Amino acid sequence: MTSQAPDTEQAAVVESAAAARGTLTLAAQGLGKDFRLGRGHVLHAVRDVSLGLYRSAVVALVGESGSGKSTVARMLAGQEHPTTGTIRLDEHPVELSGRRAFRSYKSEVQYVFQDPFASLNPAHTVRYHIERPLRLHQGRMSREQLSEQATALMEQVRLSPADKYLGKYPHELSGGQRQRVSFARALAAKPRVLLADEPVSMLDVSIRLEMLALLDDLRQRLQLAMLYITHDIASARYFADEILVMYAGQIVEQGPAEEVTQQPAHPYTQLLVSSAPDPDNLGGALRKGARTDHQTGNGAVSIATGPAPEGACPFSPLCPFAVDKCRAEAPPLIQISRSRAAACWRLDVAAPSLYSEPRGGGDLTS
Amino acid sequence: MTTDLGSHVPALGESGGRGRFSGEPVLSIRDLSIAYRTLAGDVRAVDRVSLDLHAGEVVGLVGESGSGKSTLAYGATRLLRAPAVITGGSVRYQGARMDNPTDLLELSADQLMSLRWREIAIVFQSAMNALNPVLSIRDQLTDVIRAHLPVSRQEATDKAAELLDLVAIPRSRLRAYPHELSGGMRQRVMIAMALATDPEVVIMDEPTTALDVVVQREILGQILELRERLNFAILFITHDLSLLLELADRIAVMYAGQLMEIGTAAEIHHEPSHPYTKRLLRSFPSLRGPRRDLTGIPGTPPDLLDPPPGCPFLPRCTEGTDACKEIEVLLAKVRTSADPSHVTACPFVLPDDPAGGDGDRLPAGAGSVSSAVSPAVTPLPTPAGTTEVTS
Repeated sequence: MTSQAPDTEQAAVVESAAAARGTLTLAAQGLGKDFRLGRGHVLHAVRDVSLGLYRSAVVALVGESGSGKSTVARMLAGQEHPTTGTIRLDEHPVELSGRRAFRSYKSEVQYVFQDPFASLNPAHTVRYHIERPLRLHQGRMSREQLSEQATALMEQVRLSPADKYLGKYPHELSGGQRQRVSFARALAAKPRVLLADEPVSMLDVSIRLEMLALLDDLRQRLQLAMLYITHDIASARYFADEILVMYAGQIVEQGPAEEVTQQPAHPYTQLLVSSAPDPDNLGGALRKGARTDHQTGNGAVSIATGPAPEGACPFSPLCPFAVDKCRAEAPPLIQISRSRAAACWRLDVAAPSLYSEPRGGGDLTS
Repeated sequence: MTTDLGSHVPALGESGGRGRFSGEPVLSIRDLSIAYRTLAGDVRAVDRVSLDLHAGEVVGLVGESGSGKSTLAYGATRLLRAPAVITGGSVRYQGARMDNPTDLLELSADQLMSLRWREIAIVFQSAMNALNPVLSIRDQLTDVIRAHLPVSRQEATDKAAELLDLVAIPRSRLRAYPHELSGGMRQRVMIAMALATDPEVVIMDEPTTALDVVVQREILGQILELRERLNFAILFITHDLSLLLELADRIAVMYAGQLMEIGTAAEIHHEPSHPYTKRLLRSFPSLRGPRRDLTGIPGTPPDLLDPPPGCPFLPRCTEGTDACKEIEVLLAKVRTSADPSHVTACPFVLPDDPAGGDGDRLPAGAGSVSSAVSPAVTPLPTPAGTTEVTS
């Protein structure tokens, strides 16, 4: 499905695939984060990330560990100050000076951590974990009201009967139950935005789907705008409306979930998709890849390759399509269709069926 | 998941991929039972498990956390400490370098010491923790080599360099410390270390779980390549069935301390027999092909302190009947399967999806066990109660 160029001449004014679901709730523009490493070294953990979270929609941020996806989430959650860029909630720039502002922001934007074994306090009961955010964010209420709301939250995440679980300590719960408690705790603030950082990757395969189904159900019923961070692009295909692929702190591809996973445009996304286990192949690709050289080509790359030089396309050292231009200048997101973009100078070669002629981002010398 | 069934089955025969692992297994686990002694009673973590591993074969052991898959592997290699106790069974090892088979469960500590690593090596899950942070890679590799092989320091260093070649790490990294290596490189060092003494069996406990998919794929490709070259057998433990379908020659599905099904990867993928396997297959999202309905497996595994009678999967099984409460979990041959090594613990194989137990199943009513279900499996006559897994 080759798409035609839109009329907009500006580079990458991509319409999010998630926008069809609802109104824009949380938006980040040009978000960047540098970490000083000492001795003058600076780590650019995140560079120029723009994304929008829409009501009742899921945007997935996919990338390997160290790609900066959690840093993006922490900035969106207000736990990390962006070095550059702005975050807007309902069109209003987010100001997090002072405790009160922070708390009111927190009641709108909640964060679910990856590890349900580490994110619950082992010394407190489930009741404490649920009632504390209720007290913090919902103002004064009677003991009965508090208990009532805690029960309601527990049922929302399908931990019922609630009384059976409220008195328990985290160690008495299974991993899935703990993660449900984490969801309930996040929902206690009645947020409109939920940032879920690898919410299922610590859980058993057999219960991951249940948890994603639960999140999907909560998204619909509570009309949550959701950011789903994962390294598992296959789960993003099923769960998300839009996928943003991150590599080395930048968004390298953006588009509707089904399109990105079925016809990846950026060479890194292509590598990611081809690396996922493929049961229908029954060892074919893996074995074939093993027999041919495993240094380059055909989806397998060498880990030993160093990072890209400053200013170059971060994926250029591993990219089978890289040319001199890629090693000299990092590409911006180049629009492919109304809702898709990829940061690659070589889209005409990497994804010829998607991208036919150069536009927007300047001349493509191949 | 049912699409290229027809094209797949003949391909199996011609490549001979599964047929070549016949004859004497290098490692033969028989009726192994392991319990954790607690104040409340015994937790039977592994219950009468039998599994064979042939030279050069990759056997995948898949199960949820707590299913006993790691306990099985560590128990079979006598790596468990109290309160874990082996309550029964045997683990016969027959290496090419050995004259007679030995039962690992009957060896003394000294005998075990000489057998471990030399014959059976383990790659642990977390390379981050398994490597010593204050020793260089060279020191850790030569330590292993010199502990198990009669070589000089210089020979050990040379061997260490060769091992790094094997896993495609530059020799210059010998001087590196674990923190200077990426996660993928550390895991390769662990694999190199396991191969240091040319073992015949390598047990890999979730060796790639903590790694990114791209790195994971590269390492798995490398493992298969090394297997091809050095012909060691691999017992690959993971909770990721999708990975095993691609990687393993045979797959053993474990649930609540017992094996539910064993079959070739193709059989497990296209003709799963046990309801648990079927549900597992529908539990992971697939990147390729049409989006299919995913169900997951609601519920939790049974408490092994006091396991319910009958099939342990019954509370979560959508196909269960009252008869399931009375069955004894025995692996029996799947009669409808073309593969003679395909065994299942579910005696009631229902005709549900097209890939399931259709074909030459008994006509309805022919079975005398139950009117609702037809017996598609025939128990094999073995004295021990469990069936032979060998083909």
